[in-house]
Amino acid sequence: MNEEKHTISLLVDNQPGVLSRIAGLFSGRGFNIESLCVAETMDPLTSGITLTTSGNHMIIEQLTKQLNKLVNVIKVYDLTGTNFVEREMALVKVRANPEHRAEILRLVDIFRCKVVDVSSTHYIIEVTGNQEKLGAFLNLLKPMGIKEISRTGSIALSRNRK
Amino acid sequence: MELTGSQIIMEVLKEEGVDTVFGIIGGAAIDIFDELAKTEITHIMTRHEQGAVHAADGYARAKKGVGVCLVTSGPGATNTVTGLASAYMDSIPLIVLTAQVPTHLIGNDAFQEVDIVGITRPCTKHNYLVRRVEDLARTLKEAFYVARSGRPGPVLVDIPKDISQGKTDYKPTKISSLKSYNPTYKPNRKQLKLALDLIQKASKPVIMAGGGVILSGASDELITFARRLKIPVTGTLMGLGAFPGTDKLWLGMLGMHGTYQANMAIGSCDLLIGIGVRFDDRVTGKIDTFAPHAKIIHIDIDPTSIRKNIPVTVPIVGDCRLALDELNRLMDEDHISPGARDTNAWFEQIEQWRRAFPLAYEQGDTLKPQYVVEKLYELTKGEAIITTEVGQNQIWAAQYYPFDRPNTFITSGGLGCMGFGFPAAIGAQRAYPDKLVVDIAGDGSIQMNIQELATAVHYNLPVKVVILNNRYLGMVRQWQELFYEKRYASTDLEQGPDFVQLAKAYGALGLKATKPEEVELVLQTALSTPRPVIIDFWVDREECVYPMVPAGSPITEMLLV
Repeated sequence: MNEEKHTISLLVDNQPGVLSRIAGLFSGRGFNIESLCVAETMDPLTSGITLTTSGNHMIIEQLTKQLNKLVNVIKVYDLTGTNFVEREMALVKVRANPEHRAEILRLVDIFRCKVVDVSSTHYIIEVTGNQEKLGAFLNLLKPMGIKEISRTGSIALSRNRK
Repeated sequence: MELTGSQIIMEVLKEEGVDTVFGIIGGAAIDIFDELAKTEITHIMTRHEQGAVHAADGYARAKKGVGVCLVTSGPGATNTVTGLASAYMDSIPLIVLTAQVPTHLIGNDAFQEVDIVGITRPCTKHNYLVRRVEDLARTLKEAFYVARSGRPGPVLVDIPKDISQGKTDYKPTKISSLKSYNPTYKPNRKQLKLALDLIQKASKPVIMAGGGVILSGASDELITFARRLKIPVTGTLMGLGAFPGTDKLWLGMLGMHGTYQANMAIGSCDLLIGIGVRFDDRVTGKIDTFAPHAKIIHIDIDPTSIRKNIPVTVPIVGDCRLALDELNRLMDEDHISPGARDTNAWFEQIEQWRRAFPLAYEQGDTLKPQYVVEKLYELTKGEAIITTEVGQNQIWAAQYYPFDRPNTFITSGGLGCMGFGFPAAIGAQRAYPDKLVVDIAGDGSIQMNIQELATAVHYNLPVKVVILNNRYLGMVRQWQELFYEKRYASTDLEQGPDFVQLAKAYGALGLKATKPEEVELVLQTALSTPRPVIIDFWVDREECVYPMVPAGSPITEMLLV
């Protein structure tokens, strides 16, 4: 059966230990979390989680059922296959040698990124987009010398759901 | 009304109808026990916290209610883990209250501090740490609600000492729903109709009943359903008693130690109706050869049980009792009767299997464990509540003591926890002081919670312990005999204690039999003694449990006697 990447969005009680229950469920049942983002929603009593994972449809079905079964999990949406927007963000510290400075700024322009810090030796660039866009951008920056990266997991929103 | 945390705990226990609390006191729990002693609620002081949880489990299963435990922090709490895991695997509703160090010490590695909520997260249905006394009442009510609703399970509530000592206003509250937790009880009518269509088309149907039938109290509905449609019924270990073991439609247990006819029926059926089961590996054997010709209808209240291990044709999420009741009603509406189907050939086939390889053992001069269980059945007229330890004793009890009623067979099915049966028997006896409660044990298992003999004597809970003593860890020895060329590594228990003397030392009665002709008299003496009795039956050392399906084989490939 085909492994497929899935983006799953969860609404959970904003309480201590909830993340640990979810992480424990994944490790205890041999599922894998590829990325994870958590933050409070508009309602301070609930948190939103976006996570990505891979598996065949049997595994994804079992996983979403198991997540639903957790008492602190309010809603589980498997966004994959639906109409949704997904973004990641990365902060990239790239070596800014004089001969590369112009090229880097051109790339920043093409990928609609932002330079958020400048020094005599480096830029820090803020880039957002889906995984492919970030991958492509980082590939192009690599020859200039990437010194450090900090990258979030995916966050996602359904376009249909209210 | 301003109450202390400890008083609030008692108020909630009373509201929830709790009459018994099993457990052991300790430093962090003194306030709660102090308050408990002022109530009408009986405290059964076990001699080990593991015993307390198993006792609460036995109580819950016999009574079909919630079992309650109260223990102290640290080691008191960690000792509950095995009992919680067993109850969790078997979906038994328990409330385990653990005392905790005061909130200001949490995280400081304080004396007798453990993160029990962290430890028990994967082996409880849910758990809580109460951080403010104002949250205590609601948390406890929620704990009871979660434990007994949906697919039941154990819930742990960790209560720091300053919370049990703190004061707050108390008003009784009721909880009938939670935002993030909504078990599905009512099955989908369309799915039920699809199921009925399949049933009407099937010529070789089998029902497989599990623990869910007992938990939802669906036995009557199951009996109506099976008899009306004339469908043979097999059961999992957890499902024994869900359907009468002496009924003509009953095939016996299926799986690794299932009967020949049950396993063969699964191998040949064209429709399998799984009710309140989770298709555990001990039941299915090699998964892709399980029920290979069958369409499968699967009824369970827990959606995660469905399609976890096997593909299903018609999944039905809901309470087993409601589902069966609705199916029976739909049959009334549609005037469905078994006459439409020709199942004679199927029943003839089943009879052939039944006659070819019935459950059997060779009775020679030596005392056979199966004979002891058969005699026990005869003398108790099948009316005892039977608990078991785990291993050969458990399977012989399941095979040779037919259960006609639910909640009379109490065993650690999923976890397979040795040391379960004796404390569980104590709990069941506490639930029904006037009923006969017998723990069918092995000499290995009984030693894992033998200290509870003090509890049984202390509260005069007249449990009978039938030890099928083969001086071995018998089930593992059997595997070694069959699959490890008789290398009996670490299974010999010849050193075992003199159980008659041991019983005496605890103030119970100890009896012993070594020959078949002694069994009846010894059992009669034991059954007519109104206090705890240990009966040490020295049985054939190398008797094996048959049939047996080697792990990972198709369940139709059985080793037979």
